[in-house]
Amino acid sequence: MSAQVQNHAEDHHDDHGHHHKETFITKYIFSQDHKMISKQYLITGLFMGVIGIAMSLLFRLQLAWPDKEFTIYEVFLGKWGEGGVMDPNMYLALVTIHGTIMVFFVLTAGLSGTFSNLLIPLQIGARDMASGFLNMISYWLFFLSSLFMVLSLFVEAGPASAGWTIYPPLSALPQAIPGSGAGMTLWLVSMAIFIASSLLGALNYIVTVLNLRTKGMSMTRLPLTIWAFFVTAIIGVVSFPVLLSAALMLIMDRSFGTSFFLSDIYIAGEVLHNQGGSPVLFEHLFWFLGHPEVYIVILPAMGLVSEIMATNSRKPIFGYRAMIASILAIAFLSTIVWGHHMFVTGMNPFLGSVFTFTTLLIAIPSAVKAFNWITTLWRGNLQMNTAMLFSIGFVSTFISGGLTGIILGDSALDINVHDTYFVVAHFHLVMGISALYGLFAGVYHWFPKMFESRMMNKNLGYVHFWITAIGAYGVFFPMHFIGMAGLPRRYYTNTSFPYFDDLTDVNVVITIFAIITAAAQLVFLYNFIHSIFYGKKGPKNPWKSTTLEWTAEVKHIHGNWDGPIPHVHRWAYDYSKLNKDESDYVIPGQDYAPQHIPLQENEEEMNH
Amino acid sequence: MTAFLVVLVIILFGVAVWQMGKIFEMSKTKQTNTSEIATDKDNNINGWLMLGFVLFIYVILIICFWKWFDVLLPEAASEHGVGIDNLMLVSMIIIFFVGIITQWLLHYFAFKYKGEKNKKAVFYADNDRLEFIWTIIPVIVLAGLIIYGLFTWTDIMNVDTEDDPLVVELYAYQFDWRARYGGNDNTLGEANVRLIEGVNQLGVDASDPNAKDDIIVNELHLPVGRKVLFKMRSQDVLHSAYMPHFRAQMNCVPGMITQFAFTPTITTQEMRLKDEIVDKVKKINDIRRENSIALTAKGEEALEPYEFDYLLLCNKICGSNHYNMQMKIIVESQEEFEAWLAQQATLTETLQ
Repeated sequence: MSAQVQNHAEDHHDDHGHHHKETFITKYIFSQDHKMISKQYLITGLFMGVIGIAMSLLFRLQLAWPDKEFTIYEVFLGKWGEGGVMDPNMYLALVTIHGTIMVFFVLTAGLSGTFSNLLIPLQIGARDMASGFLNMISYWLFFLSSLFMVLSLFVEAGPASAGWTIYPPLSALPQAIPGSGAGMTLWLVSMAIFIASSLLGALNYIVTVLNLRTKGMSMTRLPLTIWAFFVTAIIGVVSFPVLLSAALMLIMDRSFGTSFFLSDIYIAGEVLHNQGGSPVLFEHLFWFLGHPEVYIVILPAMGLVSEIMATNSRKPIFGYRAMIASILAIAFLSTIVWGHHMFVTGMNPFLGSVFTFTTLLIAIPSAVKAFNWITTLWRGNLQMNTAMLFSIGFVSTFISGGLTGIILGDSALDINVHDTYFVVAHFHLVMGISALYGLFAGVYHWFPKMFESRMMNKNLGYVHFWITAIGAYGVFFPMHFIGMAGLPRRYYTNTSFPYFDDLTDVNVVITIFAIITAAAQLVFLYNFIHSIFYGKKGPKNPWKSTTLEWTAEVKHIHGNWDGPIPHVHRWAYDYSKLNKDESDYVIPGQDYAPQHIPLQENEEEMNH
Repeated sequence: MTAFLVVLVIILFGVAVWQMGKIFEMSKTKQTNTSEIATDKDNNINGWLMLGFVLFIYVILIICFWKWFDVLLPEAASEHGVGIDNLMLVSMIIIFFVGIITQWLLHYFAFKYKGEKNKKAVFYADNDRLEFIWTIIPVIVLAGLIIYGLFTWTDIMNVDTEDDPLVVELYAYQFDWRARYGGNDNTLGEANVRLIEGVNQLGVDASDPNAKDDIIVNELHLPVGRKVLFKMRSQDVLHSAYMPHFRAQMNCVPGMITQFAFTPTITTQEMRLKDEIVDKVKKINDIRRENSIALTAKGEEALEPYEFDYLLLCNKICGSNHYNMQMKIIVESQEEFEAWLAQQATLTETLQ
């Protein structure tokens, strides 16, 4: 393979830690090893994802054929699906929990948790996270919160059903909707634990990136993955505590008679004592997390995609510094745009103008990123591995979904599409599908790193990608139309009055595409599980990548590198770099120069 | 029994797969192999599929427009709605232009530069001028959109009370609407949920002189051509007063009064005669007739034929009947409106 130039400099942290006797419990359950923790995150996330997607199929069936009876409702929903008819409250519960699970449990923990854990130590050249113990706690809190969320599905009055945004008073008053009883309590408990988990994880990521980089790994030599995880962690630390405060206040309103969010309410035949609170305050607090949250979801995916695209294009990522700058710009702007979710909530219209301005500004760094990805492909030598296909798919859905954001971010236009299916189509494409593509790309790409060189089957991967790609557009393109037709979201059925009767066939098309797409995910699940045990063992560095994780031992050892930690001499993107007289690549016969290889003779030094 | 058999079959199937996997495992050599890494053949196939995919995107777009363009909302029935629709059109044109071009570049490059064994990629890491260009172009375009959008927004949201708008309260509760008119003085009486009692469903303060001639109804009538200022209240949870045909929406928030104003420009009668509405109503009635055949076959009542009406919909999740929380809106001439209003009972009459 390559001319592996080892650097034998002294390393003070040589192989500490991997002489402990590992028991089953310390290795697989309460592991402090970041590689194991990342697998735990991934598998928990995928498990939650199965639940979340299954729920979406149930409510898609209801939307497409509201008059038909499906025994499957009774099988899965029990008393809420009696006789094959879905209960309207259960419909709302399904959309609520689907949203919660997908946004927090799959795309936050499952995506950022998995890959931050796997890649931060490996790509920066560290033996583990700054605190393996906190990292372990972080995972187990996540596990606990997942457990509470799943448990909440089984409470007597049903799970939380006030929408994933849980706006009070609906979420505060069990009289308003049955799901706001014990189900909502469990939801809030689960989310509070989730936030603690996320904060512990994020602090760990930040400290690790800042302090544990190997010699030579300056911030401007970091792979874009690490930049993305690092900035994501910062946004998380800034915004998640605000959601915690909102959740705590909501708990107090619900259980201790305070009135942070409640005022002047007459419900179930009586006036409540609450006076002076405002639901709009909750909306502000919620979206102060909620909007950065979508970037918490999408930034790691962007990082993964940048890395995978460069590797498989055999080209450096175009505009590395502009990519970092736009990550930073997006992160900064993401914390000052939350009001665009609230244009028609009764917020002061002047604030609406301000938020329109900041929101549309986000389109600029996003556009820069999209153009840079496209240019990265230009004149490359594209290796169409499954991860690469998902990365290209990511850019495609990110563009399609992002562009409609220009409409929703414009307060004047938002008036008429706010809370319609147009919004649903927009955010599913731009953050749901895109982030899922990022997740899949990451899994296919780093699977050999996670499972000791075993590789996922590429042909099943191709089947998975192409069906998913077609299905995803099949679901969400038509959805824009029913949104523009004025159809509000979260309607149990669209046929209880005649005006939307002509949308039924659109809904049928969407549901059929959704079922096909979901079926394609079974191919992925099979491929994933099968490859863990029986996947073919590929080479140590299967994608011929420059980053450090591929120099680490194939066998998972605590400490990652058996010998000293490699030092870094160049940036992460020396793909297809030619030597000075342009006769060959800098390392003859090899189109990439890994980060730990020192500058070669006859190589021009770049700025990195 | 069936369940048991099903479980048994699943278990056996699992065992079979496991065994097959084991045989498969044993039969292969232990060396590392590169068969799961894309070959030139894979690059070629997937490159072509990428080209096919961008065409698929265009085709699905065309199909959607061709099949479902008629489900979109008809022309705006309010003065400001025309402005919103124009802004929407401009934004849409920009979006489609950018979308079609970037999708093409992305997928075409994926096709054009698909990997081949001895091909060399070009080491191309930076180009400040290029990056400057595609930063500055979005900046200019977005600046235009922002300014255009903000003017439209301020026009809509700044309610000028000098042109004497008709004041109407929209009152939301689980799961219906009420509308309250100010009566002869066009001024709404004070109200609070603590005053709700018996027939005084909206909690209007009967001792407030302004409230005496208030009129509470459950069908919203609006005179054409006069500005209407809506004051929204909610009794219990968040609701949202969404009037899609007028491009109007505002949440109803318990504990506060929100507002939105617009001028209706097309009466219900005129709207019913518009071509797009005639077509839409016909399409819906065809669907309903077809559904009725199935219903009558089952011995149930046939569906009533549909006639177009403006709607006020609830557009904020509010509970189990959220999906059916709506109220009819009728836009009519000033005379018709006055005649209708005169027939309605005032608060004083109702409370007696």
